[in-house]
Amino acid sequence: MTLELHNVTKRVGANLHIKETSLVLEPGHFNVLLGATGSGKTSLIKLMAGLDPLASGTIKMDGQDVTRLSTQKRNISLVHQFFINYPHMTVYENIASPLKVAGMAKSEIQGRVEEAADILQLRPMLHRRPHELSGGQQQRCALARAIAKESKAVFLDEPLANLDYKLREELRDQLPDLFAGRGAVVVYATSEPEEALLLGGKTALMQDGRVTQFGPTAEIYRNPENVDAASVFSDPPINTARIEKRGDAAHLGDVSWTLSGVAASLADGPYTIAIRPHHVLPLPSDTANVRMPGEVQVTELSGSESSAHFEMGQGSWVSLSPGVHPYQVGETHEFYMDPTACFVFAPDGFRVA
Amino acid sequence: MQKRSIVPILYILFLMLPIYWLVAMSFKTTNEILSGFSLFPQTFTLDAYRTIFTDPTWYWGYINSILYVSINTVISVAVALPAAYAFSRYRFLGDKQLFFWLLTNRMAPAAVFALPFFQLYSAVGIFDTHLAVALAHCLFNIPLAVWILEGFMGGVPKELDETAYVDGYSFPRFFVTIFIPSIKAGVGVAAFFAFMFSWVELLLAKTLTAVAAKPIAATMTKTASSAGYELGLLAAAGTLTIIPGAIVIYFVRNYIAKGFAMGRV
Repeated sequence: MTLELHNVTKRVGANLHIKETSLVLEPGHFNVLLGATGSGKTSLIKLMAGLDPLASGTIKMDGQDVTRLSTQKRNISLVHQFFINYPHMTVYENIASPLKVAGMAKSEIQGRVEEAADILQLRPMLHRRPHELSGGQQQRCALARAIAKESKAVFLDEPLANLDYKLREELRDQLPDLFAGRGAVVVYATSEPEEALLLGGKTALMQDGRVTQFGPTAEIYRNPENVDAASVFSDPPINTARIEKRGDAAHLGDVSWTLSGVAASLADGPYTIAIRPHHVLPLPSDTANVRMPGEVQVTELSGSESSAHFEMGQGSWVSLSPGVHPYQVGETHEFYMDPTACFVFAPDGFRVA
Repeated sequence: MQKRSIVPILYILFLMLPIYWLVAMSFKTTNEILSGFSLFPQTFTLDAYRTIFTDPTWYWGYINSILYVSINTVISVAVALPAAYAFSRYRFLGDKQLFFWLLTNRMAPAAVFALPFFQLYSAVGIFDTHLAVALAHCLFNIPLAVWILEGFMGGVPKELDETAYVDGYSFPRFFVTIFIPSIKAGVGVAAFFAFMFSWVELLLAKTLTAVAAKPIAATMTKTASSAGYELGLLAAAGTLTIIPGAIVIYFVRNYIAKGFAMGRV
């Protein structure tokens, strides 16, 4: 089973909500759609599910053109961000409902429902109604319905976004196992870069209704193709700055450093660099050796990590370092950047080094 | 007794006074009612009720009323369900104007429509039938039911519809087996109000009937004029008129509170 999108677009009025998008999604791993709110993740999922009409393009499942096929006939599952269950049915009836509609025999339904309920630890709640369950259990019920159906494609639209932290972690750890070995294409939409990294598989970065980059998650994280991809896949936001390359040196205001590797062989001129906050550190090291004095604006301490927002010249920067670091707001502090961790982009936004 | 409970108790006493008076009167003889002031029936009698339950002109009044009110309630809710679904789920040209226009029907006085309905129903031959009154009452009950149901449907996320389609439900099956059960409180409230407004409406019901479908309220006024002052009988008829509403309100009391909270009742 593969899910293929060819030049798919979606139009609302005069606006293109999804601009020409082509993707080939395969089973066996998570296909993560990563993008900010409003980047088109839900729109794209609705197109794949057949809930919204395409303006152009084709969708193929298993090589079959399903562009004009109704949602009901596509054999798919969908789990929403909000915990959507049928309120007047018990958990058992909820999980069984797609099977019942498909006309499956009672005994087989029971087997499948119980299997799904066991995997998601819903056994004791089978005869309760959704509103008698906690948020996490309600979402597990929705997931159980998707699993019991054994559909060809499963769409998970930010399924963990409305859960509290602990439950989210717990369920996220379970998710890859839930769908492993079922042969279904799993599409998972999220706005959190960390979630994409934890789920592994492949990631499609989305921005303004288009997929900017698609590939194995770790690969995309290490090698963003353009500035947008780098900024989508970073939390806290990636630092960007305009530099001037002259000879083998990069100049950023008063700060300058020697370029190495591919970056050194670029033509002279203006470039944009992007560097993740954890490569800008409050103490120098062998690699982090470019001194950047800045005025500390905001500091945050989250458990074992310290972050500082500071201003240097015209730009504002974020530093994220392990350990507790005592910053004073308003003081001038020296930060150290690792120049080898910089992504370098040409003025048109594409990565050159 | 706490001081603070005095005011609500007085309030309820004043509210209940006319109803008590009506019930007390129904157990008195007409002579006693006319002869002077008495708090309790001096000579307790069930004659009035006996007359109502044995005389066909009386009990048919109730049967007629219940018939057309029931027909009206069923039609109102059945028509309002798909209409309210369209208003709550789709955007179409002039949807807001149409919704408001529906509500304005609720505001028009029934007297305006009495004559055209009378003439029209006579022409098509459904004058003096239960259907005539039931249809006429749709004029104000369908807009009301649409208004109430649209509020309840708005509280059901659109994602429920999508989930059902993905799970394989066709639209009709989804609507009947999932959507209506999840707004059953709204259906209860809408049915209750349709029932009540149809039950208490007198002008159209009287104008559109003569003998075969004459409502209880019409029977009451006619008896009063032909047989002089049979106040005990009228009081008993009035008491019985309150009962159906009281029964219905008992069943939907919890839903009504929900409707109030939504601002749609």
